[in-house]
Amino acid sequence: MFRRATGLLARPIISSARARTRPFSTDLPATEAGDSNFIENWKKLIPNIDPPKTPLSFMQPRPPTPSSIPTKLTVNFVLPYASELASKEVDMIIIPATTGQMGVLPGHVATIAELKPGVMSVHEGNDTTKYFVSSGFAFIHANSFADVIAVEAVPLDHIDQSLVQKGLAEFTQKLSSASTDLEKAEAQIGVDVHSALNAALTG
Amino acid sequence: MASSTAAVPFWRAAGMTYITYSNICANLVRNCLKEPHKTEALTREKVHFSLSKWTDGKPQRPTLRSDTPED
Repeated sequence: MFRRATGLLARPIISSARARTRPFSTDLPATEAGDSNFIENWKKLIPNIDPPKTPLSFMQPRPPTPSSIPTKLTVNFVLPYASELASKEVDMIIIPATTGQMGVLPGHVATIAELKPGVMSVHEGNDTTKYFVSSGFAFIHANSFADVIAVEAVPLDHIDQSLVQKGLAEFTQKLSSASTDLEKAEAQIGVDVHSALNAALTG
Repeated sequence: MASSTAAVPFWRAAGMTYITYSNICANLVRNCLKEPHKTEALTREKVHFSLSKWTDGKPQRPTLRSDTPED
């Protein structure tokens, strides 16, 4: 409880007008690792023991927004059980946002996009890698970093066409025979996912 | 304060949460995979848990459930 007391007392009192204007999170400078005030005061009082590390010092600082548009987009594509792409530099990614296929280039405006079941393609030079994403989110930061998180993402050649056709027929039939709202919603989700899978395989 | 009149997605209108929707989508995609990827995915997503109801501050006999992701 008193750990921050030394830091707080040493910091000057901010005038009330200044304290009310908070910068946007995208404008903040890269956060420093560790509270320098606290570390200085600790060293003065207890020089023999290393100051304890706070969770903030373990976090990598946010890479700052460069003044000119970078040439490459850094993509982190993660799934709950694996990290598909970790800080991979690419030219462009196309993500299946709920508002349609969205292309992301370096220098893209900071965006949060909810993903619908669809194909995500990663373009690097002349290579394109396509994944079918079940659903998730994409966070694009002002410094040309993109974090795409999905629950399930598979390369297109892992998908079985006949199972997709069967599933589509089954859910279309369920949709017409559904009675409660919940059943209708589940059947509609089934139809959406299977038609997206179909489109991914044929498109 | 104006009430929010934003259009809600059909699944939320039907009373489903985003997590439920997302899990249903993921399960449907997993069921459409080719072997051996399908068995890999289904074994990876298996959950085993033990459930015990509490009455009068004491846990009753726990039930061990190993639900397949089809639920």
